[in-house]
Order: sequence, then C-alpha cells, then structure tokens
Amino acid sequence: MTEFLESVLRGLGTGSVYALLALGFVIIYKATRVISFAQPAFMLAGAVLVTYLVGPVGFWLAVLIAALLTAGLALGVERVAVRPMVGRPAFVVAIITLGVDVAVRVVVNGFIGLDVRHVGDPWGLRTVAIPGTGIDLQQRHLGAFLTTAVLIAALFAFFRFTRMGLAMRAAAYDQEAALAQGVSVGAVFALAWGLAGGLAAVAGTFAAAGASVDAGLWLIALTALPVIILGGLDSLPGAVVGGLAVGTIQELAASYQQHAPWLGGNVSVITPYVLMLLVLLVRPYGLFGTREVERV
Amino acid sequence: MLQVRNLEVVYDDVMLVLRGVSLTVPPGGIVALLGANGAGKTTLLRAISGLLEVHDGAVTKGSVTLDGDPIHRLRPAAVVRRGVCQVMEGRRIFAELTVEENLRLGGHTAHRQIPARLDHVLGLFPVLAQRRRHTAGYLSGGEQQMLAMGRALMAEPRYLLLDEPSLGLAPRLVAQVRELIATINAGGAGVLLVEQNATMALSLATHGYVLETGQVVLDKPAEQLLADDDIREFYLGLGAAAGAGRRSFRDVKHYRRRKRWLS
Ligand SMILES: Nc1ncnc2c1ncn2[C@@H]1O[C@H](COP(=O)(O)OP(=O)(O)OP(=O)(O)O)[C@@H](O)[C@H]1O
Ligand SMILES: [Mg+2]
Repeated sequence: MTEFLESVLRGLGTGSVYALLALGFVIIYKATRVISFAQPAFMLAGAVLVTYLVGPVGFWLAVLIAALLTAGLALGVERVAVRPMVGRPAFVVAIITLGVDVAVRVVVNGFIGLDVRHVGDPWGLRTVAIPGTGIDLQQRHLGAFLTTAVLIAALFAFFRFTRMGLAMRAAAYDQEAALAQGVSVGAVFALAWGLAGGLAAVAGTFAAAGASVDAGLWLIALTALPVIILGGLDSLPGAVVGGLAVGTIQELAASYQQHAPWLGGNVSVITPYVLMLLVLLVRPYGLFGTREVERV
Repeated sequence: MLQVRNLEVVYDDVMLVLRGVSLTVPPGGIVALLGANGAGKTTLLRAISGLLEVHDGAVTKGSVTLDGDPIHRLRPAAVVRRGVCQVMEGRRIFAELTVEENLRLGGHTAHRQIPARLDHVLGLFPVLAQRRRHTAGYLSGGEQQMLAMGRALMAEPRYLLLDEPSLGLAPRLVAQVRELIATINAGGAGVLLVEQNATMALSLATHGYVLETGQVVLDKPAEQLLADDDIREFYLGLGAAAGAGRRSFRDVKHYRRRKRWLS
C-alpha cells in the first residue's frame, strides 16, 4: 500500500509538469486553432534561463523572470513566424512551429554548453515524511504539484474575471463575433502564446528539479501530446486531468513493472501512448474534448 | 453621418458582390436596407464594420466614411471604438458564456463604462436581467436576439447595424424587437436595418434602399417604398401578383422586376 501511494504521489508530481505543458498546447489551440509543436523549445529555454538566473536572484525569482522572458520569446515567435501564416491550413502552421522548435532548441543548446547546469531548486532529492503514514514524498514533487495548483487557480481567475481572459474565451468560441465586439484577435493570439511560453518555462524548471538540465529535457514535452489527445485538444480541465493521470499511471507502471518481466524494462515510457490509444478507442475526441474538433 | 459611396466589394479576389453601392445613414435616423437572399446586404454591413477580412473580402473601390473620415480600412476594433457596432445575422451570441459575460464583451472597447452600461442595458431588457447568470446558449431565440442587441449597446454606439433582427421570431417577438429598435433610436443612435420583414422595417425607417445583385435598385423615402407596387408584391405579399395565385417567384423576379428597375 505504501508503495502504491508513494507511486501515486510521485506521479502527481511528474503529472503536474505534463499538465503545465498540455495547458500551453490547449490555450494556443483554443485561441488560434493551431497545434504548436514549439512547446518543447520553450520548456528547454525556460529551464536554461533559470540555470543562469538562479545564482544572482535565487530560485523563485529566477523562475518568475525566466517565465516572463520565455513568454516574451513565445510572443516574438508568434508575431514573426506564426501570425503571417494566419488563414493557411492548420497543417502548414503546425509544421512551421516544428521548425521554430528545432531552431530555438539549437540556439538554447548553445547556452547549455559542456558544463552540468542545475536549476538550483531548493529540494534536490530530499523527501518529506507524511506523519503517521510512513509515506515518503519527494519535496520536488510536492513543489511541482503546489506550484501547478497555484498557476491553475491563477489561470482560472484570469479567464473568469479579467477583460482579456473573457475576450480569449469569446474568441475561442466564435472569432468573428468576438471581432465584432471590438476584441483584437491579434492581442488574443499574442496572449495565448505568451501564456503557453510562460507555463512551459515553469514546467521545464520542475522537470529539471533534482537533476541537471541537458539538451534531452525537451523529450519530456513529447509526453504532453498523448496528454492533450487524452484530455481533449480544446479542454483546459482535460489538460490538467490528463496530465495528472498520465503522470500517475506512468509512475505506477514503473513501480510495478517487475511483476510483468515479459513487458521489458521500460514500459513506463510507453504507457502514455497506450493510455491514449485506449481512450481514443472509446472516445475519439478525448475525455473532455468537444466532438467536432478538427483533424490535423 | 455614416456614408457609403460607390462601394465595390470583392470576395476571394474574384467574386464581385457589391457594384457601386451608395447609401447614407443620417445621425439619429433609421434607414432600411431590403433585398433578396444573396443580394449583398450582409456584405455591405461587413464592409462598414471591418469584418470583410475574415471572409477574404476586400473593398476594391469607393469608400465608407463616418462624419467624413474614411473607416473602410480600419480594423473591426477601431470601427467599434468610433461608435459603429454590427449585430450579426443569426445573433452569434457566445453560447458557452453567461448572459452577463456576453454583455461585458460588448463593452470590451469601453471597459471603464461597463458597470454603468450594464445597468442601462439590463434596465432596457428585463428578460436579460432575470437571466443574468444563466448560460446564454440556453436562452430562447427571442432572448438571444435581445442579448445580441444588448451586447452591441454596451459599446454605446452612435450607429447600430442590425442584420435581420426579426429572423425566425414569432410575430409577437417581431413587434417587441421593433419597439426596441424604436427605443434605441430614441436614445440617439442611428440605425441601419437590414430586413426581410419589409413591413416592419419600413414602418420604422424614414428612408429605404433596395439592393439587388449588388446594386441599389430603389432608393426612396420609406412611405413611398411602402406604396411601391414591386415592394408590395415581393416583400409584402400584397398587390396583383399575390392575388393572381401561384405565379413563380423566380420568373417574375428575373423578368418583370429587373426590366422595370434596371432599364
Ligand atoms: N465569405 C464569402 N466568400 C465568398 N462569397 C461570399 C461570401 N459571403 C457571401 N458571399 C456571396 O456574396 C453574395 C452576397 O452575400 P450576402 O451574404 O452579402 O447576401 P445577403 O443579402 O446578406 O443575403 P441573405 O439575405 O441570405 O443574408 C452571395 O452571392 C454570397 O454567395
Ligand atoms: Mg445576410
């Protein structure tokens, strides 16, 4: 039982990272109907920025500044590479974001260099015991989970109560009607990319917490793809639930795989995709998605 | 004064949909714009409100001016800020948002005035005040039309462009919409009213235009239009043709009507 609960808690920690990444995908998709494959690059850029900033300003301030800078980078990418493509087929724009991803990662990799770089999080691999249960929980997972919870609450408030948040929801529902109310669709696009960039930076930081930042960090962002398919391409709650579910099942698979040796050593890596396939068989539009989401 | 001069609009670079349309809405006046399906009424409204771009349409000739300043190259947000708001055909409310959120969006460009405008609009539409926190998608068709109009009023427009506000409404609701338009107009807003319901439109308007395949074929004071034989025949279902039984609408439209208006 202890092993099971520990796996679940670990899963919620890694799942938080997936949730943040998936939220970025979904926010961009809802606002612009584009699937952005540039999220992995923003994730890596954010984590690398933190490694440079953590020395001078400390961890939390470094995360904040890195998130803002990455949001700025995402804004720039949207303005320069994506906006001119508005109206082209979604497939074409998706390929362009793929190109952006590769280009940004090449530049960022130059800043990783040969040294081992750490995000300098305050937790490392230390654990905290939950009193009376005998369960040990890694502090970095707790940190990721709580930070994600705060960010999701902030996002919720933003979409619910602010003028631009409302404008983004309206534009996602009916772009022309939003335009007719005087909503600037350009501002909505920019904001969506900025938010996605900032969230990816935080996700990258927590993905690297307790370990080092290397060029392969971006691979974690690939797991966000089954997450958004699972949750539904256009559903924010779906991104959160999907992320946490995938993280949890992945960790459970990792813990219990010795009971099924015939599966080989690394089943946990493929569990997100298996889960995605299973869900798609039952609900082709994802767990929370709208039925008529377009095919890319 | 909202003025359209010699306007030409093209969709997809090739489809010429408006050919030299001219029209004037005086401040505080109500002008009716009639025409068969596909005549280009909605296109004209889009050209005024800046929504052509979304449809791959463009103004290739002529101009739309507001008090003398050209506005046909502006973005929709800039047009709204200058006081021209369009209520689109089919209401187009944000079905997933609440009634109040829909209204707030109408005030997007003038967000400091939102609380005051909200009071004003909810006062004008008691139905919406009752359903303030309801999801807009569950409103009835009539309520949705009220919401669409209320949403446009949130921006305190000087000119309101209404695209078929009576579409699909029962007679009692049409009368209600008519009354609302009169109230809004009494509040000082000029109205350009696109309608299939010619009786309703011409009973409100001071002036009317009839559009056919992208051209203005009639341009007269409303009471003269009401008395016009063709209008009585084709829009009001009165007059000789209606009495003569089942004559094909299409035959008459392309033959007799055209002969009289265009030659
Ligand atoms: N987005 C578009 N792309 C290409 N052609 C269009 C587009 N929208 C409208 N048209 C064409 O332009 C012409 C005028 O259409 P418009 O919608 O302005 O007519 P309307 O007078 O509003 O008709 P209705 O009474 O049916 O609403 C039609 O022939 C229509 O097919
Ligand atoms: Mg129309």
